[in-house]
Amino acid sequence: MRNPLSKNVVNIKPSGIRKFFDIVSEMKDAISLGVGEPDFDTPWHIREEGIYSLEKGRTFYTSNSGLKELKIEICNYLHRRFNLKYDYEREVLVTVGGSEAIDLAFRAMLNPGDEVLIPQPCYVSYHPCTLLAGGVPVVIELKEENNFKLTKEQLLAAITDKTKILVLPFPNNPTGAIMEYDDLKDLVDVIIEKDIIVVSDEIYAELTYGKNHVSIASFPGMRERTVVINGFSKSYAMTGWRLGYAVGPAMIIEQMTKIHQFAIMCAPTTSQYAAIEALRNGDSDVETMRDAYDKRRRFLVHAFNNMGLNCFEPFGAFYVFPCIKSLNMTSDEFATKLLMEEKVAVVPGTAFGDCGEGFLRISYAYSIENLKIATERIERFVNKIRKNQ
Amino acid sequence: MREKILAAIDKNSKLTAKDLATMLGSTEEEVSNIIRQMEEEHIICGYPTLINWDKVQCERVTALIEVKVIPQRGLGFDRIAERIYKFDEVQSVYLMSGGFDLTVIIEGKTLKEVANFVSAKLAPMEGVQSTATHFVLKKYKEHGLPLVEAKKDERMLISP
Repeated sequence: MRNPLSKNVVNIKPSGIRKFFDIVSEMKDAISLGVGEPDFDTPWHIREEGIYSLEKGRTFYTSNSGLKELKIEICNYLHRRFNLKYDYEREVLVTVGGSEAIDLAFRAMLNPGDEVLIPQPCYVSYHPCTLLAGGVPVVIELKEENNFKLTKEQLLAAITDKTKILVLPFPNNPTGAIMEYDDLKDLVDVIIEKDIIVVSDEIYAELTYGKNHVSIASFPGMRERTVVINGFSKSYAMTGWRLGYAVGPAMIIEQMTKIHQFAIMCAPTTSQYAAIEALRNGDSDVETMRDAYDKRRRFLVHAFNNMGLNCFEPFGAFYVFPCIKSLNMTSDEFATKLLMEEKVAVVPGTAFGDCGEGFLRISYAYSIENLKIATERIERFVNKIRKNQ
Repeated sequence: MREKILAAIDKNSKLTAKDLATMLGSTEEEVSNIIRQMEEEHIICGYPTLINWDKVQCERVTALIEVKVIPQRGLGFDRIAERIYKFDEVQSVYLMSGGFDLTVIIEGKTLKEVANFVSAKLAPMEGVQSTATHFVLKKYKEHGLPLVEAKKDERMLISP
């Protein structure tokens, strides 16, 4: 039989997280701090709206780009929260999670050989999606000493004649880093001068602590060269509903919608109705969850620093990214041994790029009780290693 | 800080001052002091435990009683409410707007015990005009917390 597979796809490395997932799923009764999704249920009034839409028989396709009411609410929301103005008719596309929007953005914009700048550590899909779209991923390694922010110097050093897209994944999974107004301001001139398009993945925009999220699209001259990606998964605890969106210049959104139309048709209708409710009446839910995450965040940062594992203070998302370099172990080794000996699952930093070596991603999408037990076990484990050193 | 502490312990009074301090970005001493002050000022009135008695082999009956009373000049409803809430059987007393005046929640071992309380103690009390007793059949949620089985974490153990 002939080889049925695409070389392009076969050549893509499977996600590092997948490998670890397989080990973890063998372990019964392990406590996990490894998930990338909220522990909260979707607020009831949002679920109820989804159920109601089913009762009403709203089980048909929607228009390709999404329900008009939802697109209007998305525009209202982005304006209210981040001072972004978009035209709901031509500049919004409702997608199957933020993930689809990432894929579409690359496919709509990349020509063979175009370079995409990807600051790592970062979410796992930018790299393979770039490859699948025929682009060339160029990794920028973010540094702990810069609080895992992207600096102007790093950006300049990575730009070539072929650079077309810069991915801005902030607030960041896995580091919890955010880019504040001044950090972004530094980059804007370079981006405009070098004529680069930004794909700004702002899925964690609602989860920042003590500092408000700033979108790069809100800077003068940036709106026309930025695709903002956001969604409902993290802010409203709606991961399973698979609903996200992209907003940006009509020219780009139009081409993304074309791919979406042929590949997906439309985002799930039930989810779209639920999302309208989320945007209209969900602000207080977001606040409650943010408040809970903030308490856990402080608890974890404190716990890791107490163990002598240096942990930079994250101001966004729901992860801490402690450094284990002092233990002379690789992230992989640490995570595997921790799982075997203390039955706690964490994700090695290397799952998010090579420069994640020496770090762990610890999620605080868990109850304080859970975090307490887990950190006690991690501390015991760390002390054991230190003794044997 | 007071509101922050109260919000944090509202649903979980087991949190220690040390943990609260870490979670709220304060010191253990400050948190302990504020809690002590709030106890003294009777802002924090106690630390009861939420128990689903249905799961324990022990008979308990809860009744909600609507009570109409005649308020007293100069004292309003407070005097009669106090006479009622001083009984150990009484769990809660609320002054209501609308069709009746006081909601009285009673807990007893048996239906008979509750009925006795109402007919012997509550109904004949001076100032009480009428009572209507409703027995609780099942409790689903109390103090913002569901009394059903704890939900299992059904998320995948690891996800990006």
